[in-house]
Amino acid sequence: MTTIPATKVIPYRTNREPGFLARMLEHLMHPVDEIIIPLQRALGTRRMAYFFVLPNLLIFGIFILLPMALNFYYSFTGSTALQPSERPWVGTDNFSRLLNCGDYGNPVTCDEDIFWRAVWNTGGFVFFQVSGMIVFALVTALALNRQIKGRGFFRSVFFYPVLLSPVVVGLIWKWILQRDGVLNAGIVALGGEQMNFLVDPNWSRFWVIVVSIWAQMGFYTLILLAGLQSIPHEYYEAAHIDGADTWNRFRFVTFPLLMPTMLVVVVLSLIRAVQVFDQAFALTGGGPGTATTYIVQYIYNTGFTSTSREAGLAAAASVVLGGALLILTVAQLKLGRRTEANH
Amino acid sequence: MRTLFDFLFRTRGASQLSATDWLTYLYLSLGTVLMFGPVIWLGLSSFKSQEQLLRFPPTLLPMRQESVSLEGYDQPLPLFDVMMLDGNTRRLAQVSRIGLEARMIDPANPGEIITVDIASRSPVESIYFGFENYIEGVQQFDFWLYMRNSVFVTILATLLTLLVNSMAAFGLSKYQFRGRNLIFVIMISTLMVPLAVILVPVFLVITQVGWNNNLLGVIIPAAATPTGVFLLRQYMLTIPDELLDSARIDGASEWRIYWQIVLPLAGPALAVLAIFSVMWRWNDFLWPLIVLSRKELFTLQVGLNSFQGEFNTQWDLVLAMTVLTLLPITLIFAFLQKYITTGIATTGMK
Repeated sequence: MTTIPATKVIPYRTNREPGFLARMLEHLMHPVDEIIIPLQRALGTRRMAYFFVLPNLLIFGIFILLPMALNFYYSFTGSTALQPSERPWVGTDNFSRLLNCGDYGNPVTCDEDIFWRAVWNTGGFVFFQVSGMIVFALVTALALNRQIKGRGFFRSVFFYPVLLSPVVVGLIWKWILQRDGVLNAGIVALGGEQMNFLVDPNWSRFWVIVVSIWAQMGFYTLILLAGLQSIPHEYYEAAHIDGADTWNRFRFVTFPLLMPTMLVVVVLSLIRAVQVFDQAFALTGGGPGTATTYIVQYIYNTGFTSTSREAGLAAAASVVLGGALLILTVAQLKLGRRTEANH
Repeated sequence: MRTLFDFLFRTRGASQLSATDWLTYLYLSLGTVLMFGPVIWLGLSSFKSQEQLLRFPPTLLPMRQESVSLEGYDQPLPLFDVMMLDGNTRRLAQVSRIGLEARMIDPANPGEIITVDIASRSPVESIYFGFENYIEGVQQFDFWLYMRNSVFVTILATLLTLLVNSMAAFGLSKYQFRGRNLIFVIMISTLMVPLAVILVPVFLVITQVGWNNNLLGVIIPAAATPTGVFLLRQYMLTIPDELLDSARIDGASEWRIYWQIVLPLAGPALAVLAIFSVMWRWNDFLWPLIVLSRKELFTLQVGLNSFQGEFNTQWDLVLAMTVLTLLPITLIFAFLQKYITTGIATTGMK
């Protein structure tokens, strides 16, 4: 076993005076060192890895892994009890109730019609939100990638809404979209009629999509911008020498080289879109009716707010959602490998 | 980049703006209006009185009706421009209104009462930024309490996240040990599991631990974020092992290597994680909503949500409190925007 002098300081970065943060860290960490050195003596250098990983693993295990396992168990049990031991085993009842449907395209024929409405709402949301957001994020990233004045300013402008909380975003847009709101004032000024944006089901769906694009696109714009800036300059020169015009340079240089970044953006935004909840909830509360009730809200309503508190059904719905997310991710990765192989 | 686009969109005169340039500026300016407009509209609206807010179509700037104090009247009288029967317009103060008629007086000649049709008068207004909504709002809405809770949660959770995740990333990137890959794979596979889908069992666990209605229940569970471990691990992999080995030869303990060599070198990645963590925690809604049910423990987001539920018709107060809620993060962003946007763009990708 090696002996470790407790107070020896490593002369690292000797060319610089330790800053305020470093000094504070020293005061904080040095006493910890005194405690941990005996531990290292007992464990040996290599097994100290367990000590470093342990705190994270504990929190992760208790608050993520354990609930996931419990969730799986919940989905096969019934009753409104919260304690797993008080919940009777019901087999696949929850799943068959959730998935039993005369015609999947028509939620009225399903046992859990709200779940299927939520599924279709989520599907529509994911399709339009992701495709719309990627188009806008790409156009914005291309615009920001040009040599223009005030690039930093514009980049910040597009990023700013990302920082706002779902509750704040919901309130801001509720205020704009209400019947006597500023948008309707604009429509009336242009000779139109006042619209009930948040009362009409289709308009509500539309605005939930628009608002979530507004709130999130800045993040993806930044990622795409970083991707654009990593494309080597020489490729454009080569394309130019070969006589490619602007469109062909985009088509044959920018687009293929941006594909890996694009894939990251697609995966991230898809996963996020499938989980749509808080922003839409703050804006419409899931309504009118069930027009903007999405799967996560269905889970939240079923497990928490409904009088029956059907935790088993909610858990079954989350297992289904988790499965869908898994398939989505694996499919994306497979697809990504194939496109990479092609280029 | 500069030369690239010089060359990509070169025009005859180098100093002249090309059509593409104009299009770019047009798009970005329009984008600026769309991105900032809603927030600015919220800000302007928050200074309006309840009466002003109900008006349709709304005025752009907050206005207030002018009034005049006259002898013999306890309260200031509102001023109107009145179209008189002879076609002239006079500025009169209204004493009272009876049905479709208003009794007005001329401030210059308070003795004489003039009765006019209410349709013939329009209020005299001037721009007015009043803080009444904010003052009244803060009395109804425990802003400072919620703010304190939010700041407490955000700072403590971010420090904890940085510590716990960097320790784990250090362990996972700099040591060979049994189960290392298994741990890493399990963590990464939960990256895409939304917290929302395990709400019910998480609630059970929190209740069992006894952290219901305890800020610890908001702070600790989300501290072990797989995203953070992943980000930091990828960054720490680039730190050469030789540096650690030479420190070991010099007799440094593993803990000292962690905080005196690896942590400073992982600074950029830690900064990005800190930004993310502050953003997540400040804006977190669903988790505190479930864990906290006592009002004195609410964070700003949960507080604002319940406030808008309680006062849903009182837009004046709700708007002012929404502005207060978004102000802190907006100020932080205004000062650090360059670091935040470049940090996320560069390190966030790796």
